[in-house]
Amino acid sequence: MTDISVGLDPRATLLHVDDLHVEFRTRDGVAKAVNGASFYLNPGETLAILGESGCGKSVTAQAVMGILDSPPGHVTGGRVLYRGVDLLQLAEKDRRQFRANRIAMIFQDALSALNPVYTVGFQLAELFRKHRGMSRAAAKVKAIELLDQVRIPAAKERINDYPHQFSGGMRQRVMIAMALALDPEVLIADEPTTALDVTVQAQIMGLLAELQHQRNMGLILITHDMGVVADVADRISVMYAGKIVEEAPVYDIYARPAHPYTKALLESIPRLDHKGRELNVIRGLPPSLTDIPQGCAFHPRCGYARDICRMDQEPPAYQIAAHRIARCHFIREVLGV
Amino acid sequence: MSDVSDLVLDARGLVKHFPITQGIVFKSKIGAVRAVDGVDLQLRRGETLGIVGESGCGKSTLAKLLVGLEKPTSGEITVRGENMVRLSGPALRRARRNIQMVMQDPYTSLNPRMTVGDIIGEPYAIHPDAVPRSGRERAVQELLDLVGLNPDHINRYPHQFSGGQRQRIGIARALALRPEIIVCDEPVSALDVSIQAQVINLLERLQRELGLSYIFIAHDLSVVRHISDRVAVMYLGKIVETGHHKAIYEQPTHPYTQALLSAVPVPDPRLRGHRDHIVLEGDVPSPANPPSGCRFRTRCWKAQPYCADHEPLLQVRQRAPHPSACHYAEIRDVLHRY
Repeated sequence: MTDISVGLDPRATLLHVDDLHVEFRTRDGVAKAVNGASFYLNPGETLAILGESGCGKSVTAQAVMGILDSPPGHVTGGRVLYRGVDLLQLAEKDRRQFRANRIAMIFQDALSALNPVYTVGFQLAELFRKHRGMSRAAAKVKAIELLDQVRIPAAKERINDYPHQFSGGMRQRVMIAMALALDPEVLIADEPTTALDVTVQAQIMGLLAELQHQRNMGLILITHDMGVVADVADRISVMYAGKIVEEAPVYDIYARPAHPYTKALLESIPRLDHKGRELNVIRGLPPSLTDIPQGCAFHPRCGYARDICRMDQEPPAYQIAAHRIARCHFIREVLGV
Repeated sequence: MSDVSDLVLDARGLVKHFPITQGIVFKSKIGAVRAVDGVDLQLRRGETLGIVGESGCGKSTLAKLLVGLEKPTSGEITVRGENMVRLSGPALRRARRNIQMVMQDPYTSLNPRMTVGDIIGEPYAIHPDAVPRSGRERAVQELLDLVGLNPDHINRYPHQFSGGQRQRIGIARALALRPEIIVCDEPVSALDVSIQAQVINLLERLQRELGLSYIFIAHDLSVVRHISDRVAVMYLGKIVETGHHKAIYEQPTHPYTQALLSAVPVPDPRLRGHRDHIVLEGDVPSPANPPSGCRFRTRCWKAQPYCADHEPLLQVRQRAPHPSACHYAEIRDVLHRY
């Protein structure tokens, strides 16, 4: 096994994605899925990437993880720095050493993410056998331990079950166990609870938070659910048309959003704790990725838009406070200062 | 609103069991999935009744029973003084006009080979006396306009529309026969948040303008609160608690309602750590083999041996001002503890 720690700088940021660009080259044209996404993640921290379908949040995760379908997907620019090492520059052989070992990922649909023809125990043990060179017996012991950790009852017996024999929530636990098997420092969770019922969602989010805390792991939570984000995130990056339009600590962004899109999103969701009046609507539709509007991509749907927003120059990332940026010419108006 | 003459729909003792069979040639019934197991509900004119519950609780089967897509195993559904369950043939067809449905998935519920005009106009083909042939195109265009779509797009196909627009097409189709009641089964759960609000607002506007009554089925408790006047909470085929939206959300008495409400994330980080979190253990039991007595007892922190033997009825109790199916029902405000 090659030593993957070569070149890693322990003082560098855990994960720093810098100006990432991803495009899909299809027959219908080039879809620009990610257009300069930048963010960072520290150990023990939870960063939420919030956005609607088609905003590029999952593609960003796949590019960081190195599992982009290529073709048609191509990373066309930017850097993904893990402790100072640019993963995009590594050969596939070296990249593989990072996957699961350093950065792991869980998906929305556990049933299609797990292999239906192998037992859960086999799939878990395989990780230890391939990556750690363990014997079958030792790997099995580790697999049972892991299922115990994610609180699957009777782990010893359930290890011989196939994925379809588990309920939705239990399958999600199996996938979490698999992702955490090799003690990664970064976990990317792509809509981990979207397919689950609320009571099960609460169980899974609680489990994730606990495991993250025990391991001081960095968590990137990709979701469209502003409720879940408010519950668990430390910082939020809001994505629109392949760009991060606002980045802020969780308390600031909910109290005073700086980008019109964030503000409109927050005003458009019904509340559980009081019955509101008519919901605020964001008019129109998210743009097609093959035809992103010039200037600020949000301008056709924005109530603050003026001529400057329609120019070719997109708004720069304005620094509002120490850890806050927003890409809008009218931040002051949106903030109401 | 309590006037009996306002009642547009009255369902009593609705039961739907799906048989589980064994064998191919000599089929024998070895059990039943008790999807809906004794549900009563009333709907008044201009009112929205929200039905919430987790997957597998029977809420979609209930919707199908109400619109007549499934025959109930037993029970009655009275609409305009007629028991829909007993009707058949032309009489049933006529009665169904009055109660229409909006489906969850705007991608699979519209036939991709039909134009929007044909989709929305299909109810007129089934009920030729609703609108004379010559007036149908006009009627469809009016419906498109009513739901906020361009009437000139009558000859387009569903794939030319976005998800939110397709849901508007589904709503227009449900409105074609001028029903009094619309059953909406998860009408916004497949839509993005920014589009959800558009469809919710549309449903509310149509209700005001046309005096519609809605049965609004959803798993998203925030959406249900927003749109509903009254709410019923379902668990394993039964309604466990029902009442005015304020009563259910602010004074829930059934442990399941309390757990459900406490599990919903609220988009306000200031409430973090200040809310009552009830984490339920385990999953919903199989409706083919529900627990004896109270069906929630296997996951309930209040369960006593008594709950296993005695099924709690949905009724007003000493400490439960609105109907609640729990022997130990008691108000616990899980949303406002901060």
